[in-house]
This record gives sequence, structure tokens and C-alpha cells, in this order.
Amino acid sequence: MLDAKIPEGPLEDKWRHYKEHAKLVNPANRKKLEVIVVGTGLAGSSIAASLGEMGYRVKTFCFQDTPRRAHSVAAQGGVNACKNYKNDGDNVFRMFYDTIKGGDFRAREANVYRLAECSASLIDQAVAQGVPFGREYGGYLNNRSFGGVQVSRTFYARGQTGQQLLLGAYQALMRQVHLGSVQLFARHEMLDLITIDGKAKGVIVRNLDTGEIERHGAHAVILATGGFGKIYYLSTLAMGCNGSAIWRAHKKGALMANPSWTQIHPTSLPQSGEYQSKLTLMSESLRNDGRIWVPKKEQEDRLPNQVPEEDRDYYLERRYPAFGNLSPRDIASRAAKERIDAGYGVGPLKNAVYLDFSRAINDQGVDKIREKYGNLFRMYEKITGVDAYKEPMKISPAAHFSMGGLWVDYELMTTIPGLFALGEANFADHGANRLGANSLLQACVDGYFIAPYTLANYLADEIRTPATDIHHPAFDAAAKQVEDQLHLLKSIGGRLSADYFHKTLGKILYDKCGLSRAAEGLEQAIREIKALRQQFYADLFIPGGLAINSELEKAGRVADYLELGELMCHDALTREESCGAHFRVEYQTPEGEAMRNDKDFAFISAWGWAGENLSPVWNKEPLTFEFVTPTVRSYK
Amino acid sequence: MHIRLKIWRQENSQDTGKMQDYALADVNPDMSFLEMLDMLNEQLLGQGQRAIEFDHDCREGICGQCGVMINGRAHGPLKNTTTCQLHMRSFRDGDTIYIEPFRATAFPVKCDLKIDRTAFDRVIQAGGYISVNTGQAPEANSIPVGHPIAEAAFDAAACIGCGACVAVCKNSSAALFTSAKITHLVLLPQGAVEAQERVRHMVDQMDAEGFGHCSNTEACEAECPQQISVLHIARMNWEYNKAQLLKK
Repeated sequence: MLDAKIPEGPLEDKWRHYKEHAKLVNPANRKKLEVIVVGTGLAGSSIAASLGEMGYRVKTFCFQDTPRRAHSVAAQGGVNACKNYKNDGDNVFRMFYDTIKGGDFRAREANVYRLAECSASLIDQAVAQGVPFGREYGGYLNNRSFGGVQVSRTFYARGQTGQQLLLGAYQALMRQVHLGSVQLFARHEMLDLITIDGKAKGVIVRNLDTGEIERHGAHAVILATGGFGKIYYLSTLAMGCNGSAIWRAHKKGALMANPSWTQIHPTSLPQSGEYQSKLTLMSESLRNDGRIWVPKKEQEDRLPNQVPEEDRDYYLERRYPAFGNLSPRDIASRAAKERIDAGYGVGPLKNAVYLDFSRAINDQGVDKIREKYGNLFRMYEKITGVDAYKEPMKISPAAHFSMGGLWVDYELMTTIPGLFALGEANFADHGANRLGANSLLQACVDGYFIAPYTLANYLADEIRTPATDIHHPAFDAAAKQVEDQLHLLKSIGGRLSADYFHKTLGKILYDKCGLSRAAEGLEQAIREIKALRQQFYADLFIPGGLAINSELEKAGRVADYLELGELMCHDALTREESCGAHFRVEYQTPEGEAMRNDKDFAFISAWGWAGENLSPVWNKEPLTFEFVTPTVRSYK
Repeated sequence: MHIRLKIWRQENSQDTGKMQDYALADVNPDMSFLEMLDMLNEQLLGQGQRAIEFDHDCREGICGQCGVMINGRAHGPLKNTTTCQLHMRSFRDGDTIYIEPFRATAFPVKCDLKIDRTAFDRVIQAGGYISVNTGQAPEANSIPVGHPIAEAAFDAAACIGCGACVAVCKNSSAALFTSAKITHLVLLPQGAVEAQERVRHMVDQMDAEGFGHCSNTEACEAECPQQISVLHIARMNWEYNKAQLLKK
């Protein structure tokens, strides 16, 4: 039975109560304790910097050439916090409620409440670091609105909020590197987790420049390696984003929770051809002022500006009048897919919908729109060659965020003692659908404000444990296994690239385990993935050597995706309900809305690794709602 | 489209390296420049040859990891555009395209088009931050920052650290990169406290890394994908001189 270790007491007292009773490590002991942090995005940089400041000895790893490249950098629109600066009725409870409802009541109350509770401190911290958030003329912070809520609680730095928050965390990290409390290992990829006597004690990493396999020991290991949405190949993620660190931890005993819950973002640029490597996201903030529509006529051949108002179907405003264009992402994506599948899609491949700013430009003037979204309009023009001030953007849904991830308890610790997972790498806060501008928030809150406390609570019992011996047999075995796998991949000597397998897997998953899922399709996908995995180990080809070799890096990641993809299908198949981003076609209302089944499926599926080609072990953590009553999520 | 390519190949940092010729048929004008390189790598892989190594990650112009010299220009022919956001429609059928790594003493080539830009990290480590620990921050709205100042700080903070400014500079100067961070932080009341220490340490580190001096050719601004202004360099010099004068 999984114990989430939720503190007793009223919702608003749980975190305070936890902090009041958590064990502490005194400053003199901290410098004896080593912590490994894998990943340098917002969650990784913030925890590594915070631990360094507190006096722990930290080693931090990233596969990029510098921590500042981590994909948090690409988050555009904003970060939520219930400061109530707009005096529009915001407070911790309302933010908690919006988030848990947005997640379709498939997240833990206590975790979500804590996220909302810590949100205000994050804005304080970021401002102190020099993050240049958007401001009013009086000098005070400004806010915008995001999907799924009716208040303005989103703080932003133009359309580059992720970049600015990440630079704040990166600079804090660089300061600690300079002070010597954090050691930085860029261009290093984690390839295995070391457990000794059941506890996380270190990692095996590969230096991607020299090819060397290195061993690093510690008293605790933190994975902040982000999401695995890149498993769909075409996604809004960076090319290097991967699930390898969490997958290898999973194979060492950490459970994976709700792995199939992937957010498909409604406002990405549509695919334009087979060669495509990436679907660029256009921030959800655009839906503040942009209106989404498709023509009322199938196969409309007029240009968008020539379609008169009465021939346009503003389908979000029509179906969800209360939230309209700011409906949550899962609902907006599904509604777009419904129109596209029904034959109303626009663009050369008929795979897009319009996002139209003409009314906003009319009402507010082009300068105001340029100030709010200038960089996004510029980016759109660079990629498509179209000026969106003059004609509507064409947008389409794309794989974006992993709500699923490593199962963690209230302390963000996985089922392996001493192994923590932060940010998108864990599953904890977003339920079955994440609200916009909550991902930056969660990554930061986990790293700045939660893990520093919960990690100390664990490390307090480790102060007598000597430094981990990297010549322990556990390291020998793991290092050998990692080297064997690299050599195996290199020696297959087939004729197909890692990208070929990645693209094929991505297509299977997008079609059968994407925006909508059905039992038959999922069963078929599992068979296809198994066959693809066999073909991978028979027909892969990796040119080049063991030092700098991007093909070898990709192949290792795809090998893991081929196992993780199967688990995703398994997870989606066993959840016989529709909730949030998980839409099973068998479970929908006559109007096409999701039908949740609280009687049978109010739980988190946490999967255990059973071994190669064996069915995963299904664990369930029941979700109990003491403080809110799950309702049918309505944005109508 | 049919294109010819001349690409810098270099096995490792010790190798001397050389330009090598390739040809690609059926290039789609809507492909991004890096997707064209992906296509070439697929072709090389089919022939059993080593892929061309190049830096890239987000492919949406914000992570700063990509960047090559394309026909002698950092990030290619378009203004304010990273390599990943350049599309093949900017070239013509039959073109020959020269692709080389960003070159500077402080950016050694690691392999093919991949370079080592860790010098930038060390410049930031020398002082490119506000010294605030987690937990020390006051209430956010207790530090009002006027709208124009906040916008100006953002303009400087938008730097993505790609290194194009260094690559186009005849002196391989990192003045634009360094001054952008100095400006971002000095404009804000939170960052003004450490202004003097910061500018001295960052400039000293920049020199120690082997970046050249700025001689005001403004090539950096012309090629910067984020439109970072050379006026920051003037501010950096002013701040530096002020700090030297006031040094105790």
C-alpha cells in the first residue's frame, strides 16, 4: 500500500505543521552531506542553488552545454501566484480549487494546496533575483489571465517568462558554483541510479564530450529532469528532452505514476511536412486576446480575412460560453481536434484552426498587442512567413507536458528512499490536466520551497553515514551494465537511424495514445511497440565512436522511450474512464464531454517495473477528497 | 530544391579540420535549416558515415544552444534570427552554402560545428547575479520598478547566450554578452547594490577568458538574434570606469 505521508489536520495547516515538525540538519553537518541533482532547469537549478546556499555539498548534472539551456527556458506565457494584486477575488483556496478542478480531481488535495500556498513567495524570490516581470506604470507588478481561471494571477516577462525565471535560477546556481558549494557537470547524461541497501546513493553518468563513464556517490539523489513529451517525437519540447533518467530510476525500483497523462497543447504551430522535427508552441497567453475559430463551411477555400463574421464558428465561445477562448488546455485541444476531424480544419494540410487578433487590434490598437505579444508574433512570422497582425494565425494541438512521472509522496520522495523527483519529472500536482502557467510555478516551488525542507528531513538521519564509496559492487555492476548497453547499441550494425524508430514510435503513440484513446487502439499500440522494439535491436545503426556522438545519445534515449511508450499504453488501457487529458472514446457524454468515474477510478496508478517483456505491476494510491467535492468539470 | 554544402568537419579538438563538400536533393523550402542538416545526417548514416555534429536543442530560438556561421554570417542571412529559426526558403535552388562553427579563441571547437562556450558561464559566475539566498526576499511589490526601467532591463536580460556576438566580432569580444547582463542588473534597484563589484569582476573574467576588446564596430548588434543593443557596452564601460575610480 502506497503511503503518501500526508500530514494530518486541516488543509491550510498541513504544510505549516510539516515544517514545524520536520527534522533539521545543523549547518556544521550539512557540509558533510553530498547531494546529487540531475537536471538544471527551474526545478534542478533552484534546488541545487538553495542547497548550496544552505551549506550542503552539491553536484549538479545536465546534458546541455550549460545549465541555462534547459527547456524551462522555452516556457513563454507566465507563472501563477495568488498575490491578489488585481483585487479580483484571488486567494490560496481559490487557486487550489482552480488547480485541482483543472486537473479533473485526479491530484492530491494536500499537494495542490501547498503549491498554491507557496506561490506568492516564488514571485518575491524571483523579483529579488532581478527577474524583469511585466509592470504597471506605477512600478507595481502586472498580471494577465490564463486558461481555466476567472482571475488574473499570471505574472509574466513578455513572452519569455520561462527564460527569465530560469536565468534567475541559473544565476543563483552560478553564484554557488563560484562559491564552491556546487560542482557543475555540463554535457553529462545520467545513465543509471545506484541503490545500496535499498537507498539511492549515487549515479552513473556519461561525459558526452569524452565518452567516459563516471561514478558519483551521494547521500541523496534528486531527479529534476523534466518531462518526456518528446516521446511523441513531434512535440513542443527540445530535441534533447528525454525520459532516460526517470526511466532508469524506475527500473531500479521507483514507481511511475499515471505515465499516459500527457498534455496536448492547443496552440502550437501545425505540422507542415514529414521532415519536421519540432512543433513550436505559441503561448496560451495569446488566448487572452485571440479568438479561435474555424469556417462554418467544410473545405472553405476563401482566405481567412474574406470569411465574413456570420460564416465563422467560434467553437470555444459557442460550446463553453463561461470560459470561451480561455477554456483549459485539454478541452481546447479536444475541441480543435473535433472540428479538424469533422472536416473544418484550415491550412494546406487541413490540420489547423485560426487564432484571430483582429478584434483585439481594433479595440486596443496594434501597439498594445505588440507590447504584449511582440516576440510571439515575430516568432510566428519567422517560422511561417505570415504577418499575424494582418491575418489570423494557424494553430494546432501538439504534445507538450507530462502530468505523469515518478510517483512521489508529500515529501517529493519516490519509492526509493533518498531518491527525490522535482518539477515535471514527478507526477504530483497537476492531476490529469495542468493549468497554464502552473508548470513554472511547480518547478520553482518544488526546488526553492519544498525540497529544501523535505530533503533535510531525510538527510537528518544520514549525518552518521560516511561518504558513499564509488567502488562499492553496486557501482561496479551498474557501470558494467551501462557500458554493455552502449556497446550493444553500437554493435547492432543495422541500417536505420535512431530518429527513424523515434518517429515511428511517436506516430503510434500520437494516433493511439494521444488526444483520444480507445481500448482496441491501445492494445494494438502495445503490439506495435513491442515489434518496433525488436526491430530496433535488430536494425539500428549508429555511426561514429564513443566520444561526441549525437546518434549514440539519441539511440540510448529512444531505447528507453520504446519501453516507456509501452507502459503509457498500458496505463491508458487500464484507466477505463475519461479524465482531463486522458480521453477514452468509450467514456464520453452524448455532447462529447469526458465522463469521469469517481466510483472506480479515483486513484493514482503507480506502476512497478517487473522486468524485460513482463507486464508492469499495478499499484494504486486512492485519492480521497476531504475538503472539496469532485464535481463534473464544467466550463460552460 | 537542390543545394550544395561546404561544411567544416573536425574529429576532435586536436584535429586541424577541413571543409568538406556535400550535396542534397529534394530540400523542401519550408524545412528549417537544422532540419536540412538532419536530412543530410540521415543521408550520411545511410552511407555508413559519421553524422555532422552541431549544437541545437529547443529549436525555437530561445535556448541559445544552436549557432553556426552560414556563408560567413552568424546564424545566417536573416536579421535577428537564430540558426534554428532560419528556413530553407531563405536560400535559392542551386545555392552553395558554407557552414562553419562560431570561431573564437575563447570558444574552442570540440567536434565539427560544436564549440565550447563554457567561458560565458564563468563570466556569469564572476558576478552576473544578485546575491540573494532563497528565503531572503521581501514582498515583491515592496520594490517598485518603473515600467520603462523594467522594460529596459528586460531588453538587456533577453540575451540567450548563443555567442553570435563573439563570432562576428573581429576581436572576438564578449562585450555585448557581458554588458547585457551588467545592464539588466544595474538598472534594477535590487541589482544596483552590488553594481561596482559586479562590473569589475565580470570584465576581469571576460578578459581572462581570452575574449578581445571592443572596438565599436557594432557588428555584434547587427547579428544578435535578440536585438541586444550596443548601448549596453557604453553603459558597461561607464560603470566599469566609475567602479575603478570609486574602488577603495
